Amino acid sequence: MELSQADINTEIEAAAQRPGGPQPKLDYPPYRSSILRHPKQPAQLIDPEAVELWAPAFGHRDVADDEADLTIQHAGIPIGERIVVSGRVLDGDGRPAANQLVEVWQANAAGRYRHQRDQHPAPHDPNFTGVGRMLTGPDGSYRFQTIKPGPYPWRNHVNAWRPAHIHFSIFGSEFTQRVVTQMYFPGDPLFSLDPIYQSITDPKARDLLIAQYDHDLTTPEWSTGYRWDIVLTGTHRTPLESDVPVSDVEEDA
Amino acid sequence: MSAVPGQTVGPFFHLGLEYPGMNELVVPGHPRAVRLHGHVYDGDGAPVPDAVLEIWQADPQGHIPRQPGSLRRDGWTFTGWGRAATEPDGHYQFTTLEPGATEPGKAPFFAVTVFARGLMDRLFTRAYLPGDDGALAADALLSAVGPDRRGTLIATREPDGLVFDVRLQGDGETVFLTYPRVRDAWA
Ligand SMILES: [Fe+2]
Repeated sequence: MELSQADINTEIEAAAQRPGGPQPKLDYPPYRSSILRHPKQPAQLIDPEAVELWAPAFGHRDVADDEADLTIQHAGIPIGERIVVSGRVLDGDGRPAANQLVEVWQANAAGRYRHQRDQHPAPHDPNFTGVGRMLTGPDGSYRFQTIKPGPYPWRNHVNAWRPAHIHFSIFGSEFTQRVVTQMYFPGDPLFSLDPIYQSITDPKARDLLIAQYDHDLTTPEWSTGYRWDIVLTGTHRTPLESDVPVSDVEEDA
Repeated sequence: MSAVPGQTVGPFFHLGLEYPGMNELVVPGHPRAVRLHGHVYDGDGAPVPDAVLEIWQADPQGHIPRQPGSLRRDGWTFTGWGRAATEPDGHYQFTTLEPGATEPGKAPFFAVTVFARGLMDRLFTRAYLPGDDGALAADALLSAVGPDRRGTLIATREPDGLVFDVRLQGDGETVFLTYPRVRDAWA
């Protein structure tokens, strides 16, 4: 049986009646692919030990500065709405997550990924790959320039469309802080229809994935700007002296 | 402060996460190189062809690496971190060194993170080195897990390397972990 958007909406509403916490439900039937891919046993709670109290170190030998500009990776200028995305990565106690690796990937302005498994019949852009990397600064800040991605269809159900998003992979100073997530754009009409976004049943938590338009990040006659701050989970290791509290760091305008 | 919710890596993570040498923590010709490999399976026992695993580990002396360079490996520095995507048959593999005990008597393990299309958030687990039965018996995590599931956390030593399979659901489901301050992820 082919499921319609109305069927999925009914399931999304049913799941919302059993609110979860601030993290997505792993067992979320409206996202069909999750049905056989979520653990049924509860996770084992354990104190982190040894390597789990640390995370891999990344440095400038890993990431070149120009990897934070997704618009200059080819001979020509990519098609679409040029944007800057910037924000800060903080740990669960409000300390900046400095020198951490941020990886991003996304569809182009037409909603097409440069990936062989993406069969959406929208054009590729020869001037856009859709991959970027950067390190956070001493104050946890990151910034990259890209093209606003388009929404795209997928096969979860008939006429399923993903809201426009950028995939983010982020490391913290501890193994336990590792997170991969998606950043969305404000006011997307597809939010209420998308089972991946709706798998976070707490509306306040869902909102944490939406960037804010920020006119201070907008550059005259060049690009619009979006701000998205990212909070990781709390750390377990005793903070180092080099972990400067946020309040001691000058606000970047 | 509320931690950012996770979201699935989706089907196109290769685009953003793959890079040359990501699963070779040491070059395959390294005299102490070991292969850590296995399959990822779903709740039907079918291989998962679009999962990605990351490992993070101590070096053979039990030191926790603090050197950068995992993304652009120089062939000499052991950074302790690697990433591997599953192939169409659900198989993944790393070339690495065996971790040592970080303290005398501690059971060495690889810290493992699992991502996949269809998996809404990352999963944490451990792959313990087999062999030191005393250290394994004394381990806090292995002692907390029922004997019927303990084996899912311990790699097996085969002629072709250390084998660690990940079962996301159902029979033989891998024990996944949560930590204090991460618990909300499991509400
Ligand atoms: Fe996507």
